[in-house]
Amino acid sequence: MTNLLEIKNLSVVISEDKRVLVNDVSFEIKPGEAVGVVGESGSGKTLSALSILGLLARGLKIESGEIRFKGADLLKSSAEDLRSIRGKEIAMIYQDPMTALNPVMKIGEQLQEVLDSHQHQITDQKTHILNGLAAVGIADPNRAFDSYPHEFSGGMRQRVMIAMSLLLSPELLIADEPTTALDVTIQRQILALVAKERKRRNMSMLWITHDLGVVANLVDRVIVMYAGRVVETGTVDEIFKAPKHPYTAGLLASLPAAGRDRERLESIPGVPPKPWQVLNTCAFAPRCKEARDICSSHRPELTSNESSSVACFFPLGVKQ
Amino acid sequence: MGFLKRLASVLTTLFGISVFVFVVLRVIPGDTITSSLGIETGVLTPEQIDTLRAYYGIDKPLVGQYLSWMASFLSGDLGFSYSTGAPVWDLTKSALLVTMQLALFGTILGVLIGISIGMFSARKPGSARDFLGQFFGLLALAIPGFVLSTTIVTVMANKFQYFPNGYEYMTPFEDLSMNLQQMLFPSLVLGIAVAAPIMRTTRSALLETVDKDFVRTAYGKGVKPRIVRLRHVLRNSLIPIVTMTGIQFGYLLGGAVIVEKIFALPGMGRQILDAINKREYATVQSSIMVFAILFVTINLITDWVYRKVDPRIK
Repeated sequence: MTNLLEIKNLSVVISEDKRVLVNDVSFEIKPGEAVGVVGESGSGKTLSALSILGLLARGLKIESGEIRFKGADLLKSSAEDLRSIRGKEIAMIYQDPMTALNPVMKIGEQLQEVLDSHQHQITDQKTHILNGLAAVGIADPNRAFDSYPHEFSGGMRQRVMIAMSLLLSPELLIADEPTTALDVTIQRQILALVAKERKRRNMSMLWITHDLGVVANLVDRVIVMYAGRVVETGTVDEIFKAPKHPYTAGLLASLPAAGRDRERLESIPGVPPKPWQVLNTCAFAPRCKEARDICSSHRPELTSNESSSVACFFPLGVKQ
Repeated sequence: MGFLKRLASVLTTLFGISVFVFVVLRVIPGDTITSSLGIETGVLTPEQIDTLRAYYGIDKPLVGQYLSWMASFLSGDLGFSYSTGAPVWDLTKSALLVTMQLALFGTILGVLIGISIGMFSARKPGSARDFLGQFFGLLALAIPGFVLSTTIVTVMANKFQYFPNGYEYMTPFEDLSMNLQQMLFPSLVLGIAVAAPIMRTTRSALLETVDKDFVRTAYGKGVKPRIVRLRHVLRNSLIPIVTMTGIQFGYLLGGAVIVEKIFALPGMGRQILDAINKREYATVQSSIMVFAILFVTINLITDWVYRKVDPRIK
């Protein structure tokens, strides 16, 4: 099957001094597939996602690479073509629901705006919006329609954002840590809601998180990023049962697991380097128990093996 | 409760102003008698002076004078102007119309010019267009109103023989076309002065808002860039712009004095200035009180607009 989205050798830099933030990242999403991107802050996961829709902040730019959506390179598309894809074919939900909605516009207006910005066949728009709000578990859609965001809690606002992103049934939903800013119980509800809607619509999804635990039940495949690069990819099973990259293994070891409570959680010593500091070495080497000389002098390339790939000279579970 | 609190603070402000004006007027040397008779005052006998003081009502103790002025002011009687022989309210009515029209036109022009250039500038910070916009802002801020006014008067009158303000002032009800012509240049001078701070406020507010998450959300859902700029960025930048507009409108009410003088408009500024020179206590006090009431009213309107602009403000 052809890929719905294909990112090839994407690099994002700070415009001013060309410092690299995302370094040569490639991955793809198949139709109907859910992919999780996992990494710490600064690993480049959010920037990669924002690049897809051309929403990078001022001062950042895409230095090189291709972002192919249904075959066409979005980086070469006109601004108008890209605009007509945003919100209709690819929709996004964001990390902080408290700031992602316009504080001076009614929620109904903000949802209506999605419909106004695109061509579609929906005739009874208000009903469509109210149904959308009801589908994400908003008890009184009519009241919500005429409310302002500040009258809602964070969890409710994220539900509104989800309703907004699903209005035109996009083929790809990009979720940038949409549960990070929420209470744990609300997190669960939102995860369940997104999982349900994805199944119902057979929608592709790119789920970005720093929490491996979150993606386990949500996605088909995991991409692990570290310091601006992809270090490992694989199915959820492969990643959780047999991680090959020492970093992935470290992330897994730091997860709290059932039956292991009251035990001190493991952590990876040290902090991640800045992506632009480690262009030609293994970025993880300074924190890696397995590291040898070559790790600090050469860069391991991402090498594929059937469904998985890893960027490591000495992958775990492989005889040297 | 909030309303009562506001009302109390407004009344306190007005009371403070009334006392201040009253005291300052009596501190400056000279009174109605010396200013109307000049050095001739010296030849008056003490009895004559006492008689005149009694006639003008300035023989009583200050507290008594203040109370009787306040009492009549509150009952709607603004006093009497001895030099013109007319009640102060009659003078104020026509002068207020001039000043209000001038301040209103000036503010509208200033807001239109200021917001447009602010938006023009903020589109691309650091670019040539931004430089151009900021240059206008600095220039408008740096040129004093009287320089701009006299330049316009000189150029229009000498080169183009066009100076509508040379004719007798017409109210909009008497001759609308002449009135608008007479208002054009003074409004423009004031508008440019007001545009500068509004432009700078607009520019910085827009630049702050444009990086907000909800702007990214708007782009992310495919809203057209022009609509994002107007509906999301500008609308969320309005609070500081409204504040600045309110301040500037108030400033125009008082700051129009020079422009009124140069363009020969019989407004409040001129009325107060003349009255001060003639030591017409009633005229000065009452006119300034009318100004003060206008000023606090504008503040209240500004507060009300805040609520319209941002639903989060209770």
